[in-house]
Amino acid sequence: MATMDTHDPWSLRESYLYDRRVIAEIQRAAREGIYDIRGFGAKRRLPHFDDLLLLGASISRYPLEGYRERCDTDVTLGTRFAKKPLELKIPVTIAGMSFGALSAPAKEALGRGASEVGTSTTTGDGGMTPEEREHSKMLVYQVLPSRYGMNPDDLRKADAIEIVVGQGAKPGGGGMLLGHKISDRVAEMRSLPRGIDQRSASRHPDWTGPDDLEIKIGELREITDWEKPVFVKIGATRTYYDVQLAVKAGADAIVLDGMQGGTAATQDVFIEHVGIPTLPAVRIASDALQELGMHRQVQLIVSGGIRTGADVAKALALGADAVSIGTAALIAMGDNSPELEEEYAKIGSAAGFYDDWQAGRDPAGISTQDDELAARFDPLLGGRRIANYLRVLTLEAQTLARACGKSHVHNLEPEDLVALTVEAAAMARVPLAGTSWIPGVDNQG
Amino acid sequence: MRAEVTEAAETTAVEVVDLASTPLRELNQRLHDLAGGADGPRRWRILNPNGAHAVACGIDAEIEIEIQGHVGYYCAGMNKLATVRVHGNAGPGLAENITSGTVMVDGNASQSAGATGRGGLLVVHGDAAARCGISMKGVDIVVRGSVGHLSGFIAQTGRLVVCGDAGEALGDSIYEARIYVRGAVSELGADCVEKELRDEHRAELADLLLQAGIDDLDPSDFRRYGSARRLYNFHVDNAY
Repeated sequence: MATMDTHDPWSLRESYLYDRRVIAEIQRAAREGIYDIRGFGAKRRLPHFDDLLLLGASISRYPLEGYRERCDTDVTLGTRFAKKPLELKIPVTIAGMSFGALSAPAKEALGRGASEVGTSTTTGDGGMTPEEREHSKMLVYQVLPSRYGMNPDDLRKADAIEIVVGQGAKPGGGGMLLGHKISDRVAEMRSLPRGIDQRSASRHPDWTGPDDLEIKIGELREITDWEKPVFVKIGATRTYYDVQLAVKAGADAIVLDGMQGGTAATQDVFIEHVGIPTLPAVRIASDALQELGMHRQVQLIVSGGIRTGADVAKALALGADAVSIGTAALIAMGDNSPELEEEYAKIGSAAGFYDDWQAGRDPAGISTQDDELAARFDPLLGGRRIANYLRVLTLEAQTLARACGKSHVHNLEPEDLVALTVEAAAMARVPLAGTSWIPGVDNQG
Repeated sequence: MRAEVTEAAETTAVEVVDLASTPLRELNQRLHDLAGGADGPRRWRILNPNGAHAVACGIDAEIEIEIQGHVGYYCAGMNKLATVRVHGNAGPGLAENITSGTVMVDGNASQSAGATGRGGLLVVHGDAAARCGISMKGVDIVVRGSVGHLSGFIAQTGRLVVCGDAGEALGDSIYEARIYVRGAVSELGADCVEKELRDEHRAELADLLLQAGIDDLDPSDFRRYGSARRLYNFHVDNAY
């Protein structure tokens, strides 16, 4: 039995199996009788784009001059069927986040920032607010299982439609907005009583399976006179089949959200234990599209842990046409800012750790419906920060692409990558650095 | 008296579109072009739908449409203002997300009739299958026959009237919608309970039946169901 020797801290041995976090969670569960619900995304260590490196050009390839020679970044989404595809200047979009989860000024800022750099933003589970429509030059309208706030007028006002089947933080799970964020305005938009815990459906109410999905997409196209691109968003799980079925169902683009994708409110057990990481998901999706001969015909938009231009470049190299950011966008706008250290301490958290986005007490005024807190957030400044951040992501991705000799970021390819770990090599299907070995692929002959 | 509108307008000109020879896209586009009060025919008759999907969906005009035959999925989906009558049966998602106007079906409706409807009136003179009125958000639905399982699932607001029987899990996870059933209920869903039928409820039932063109039933023969509100704020002791 270990006894405390105050002179020797090594005399105490923490269990690997029951470490302090596990013990604290068991005690919390026993005390509260409800699973832990939180925001943010997966916090566990997962194979990710950090486990890949790009091969800059040298003798066998020649590079392009940094910031001088052209490296284009434009991307068009919805070229398959839509009369009016979405033409983005950069390959980074803002992911779906609801008014309800986020405050109205935060949604406005996302629209302002995205519009400034020529990209799109996306509604969420709760419908379209006039503020985000006004400030988003290109707005993607989500059709979710709950259909909260869904109406044909907004559908017709949108620039693209995104049928949400799942999200990376909780594939197979529905939305969640706890009572303290159901303000009068949110309640009215969602046709719900004020202050209740709102749990959105996990299945669509009027279609089930790929054959129905095809008919549903057909209906949405008819309603909008075949003008708007129709995306299908999936959480990464059985990605190969889901991508191929979405293509078969007639999607213009696939939005693929890996398990690191953020959420405003989900059970911790769901966030950490369901789905596959973004790294293997993007490669599987890209391969599925290639097999169908639909790569670049049906665009692939990847999200879930995109933080830097390196992540952008690597996702594109693995076959994505564009990426989306959610968590990183909130951080860019001021979430988890050290300037709010004292405020976080008051609610039992700390800058850099705050994940109670479900609680509605966000001192940054972003993940809240409290008017006083939301008023702290300046949508002009927030928009500026989003624009700055999107520019940096793009510049970084261009820098890496030029180093690899690419005149368009879409010219990056798996051949430009190597992996640092065996796991990443297997998942991304690129060689382990310094070898020609791709685990699981017979490339030795 | 919305059910009588089509008969009253019989004397004015009718635009006839035969889907055996006209592409569905062309029909829907012509109907959409009437949005905002634009000039054009106000009365339409659609022939030979032959189970086509998305017939007369996305209309935003005060017009009347008679469909002669059976329709597939999502007929009159997201309807606004229009009165649509199907002289036949309807496939899944009939009048899904209807926001206003009236949709009537002479025959039966497949599953998810009136799903997420936000307003207006849906009348099914035959039976409706599973999930009738699923996630309804203000629409009124009257079914002359019976409804299948999980009808009124997560129903938020609006009224669902069933003159026949209701299948399993009626009103599962219901919010503030009101459900009236005249026949037998196989089983109530999570958090759905029977509630007292008071005079105010008999009065709204009588009005809904009248709007649906049903005049041979006594509102007092119905039972009322709604939310026990035990799941509104999660407590582990109430979990299913």
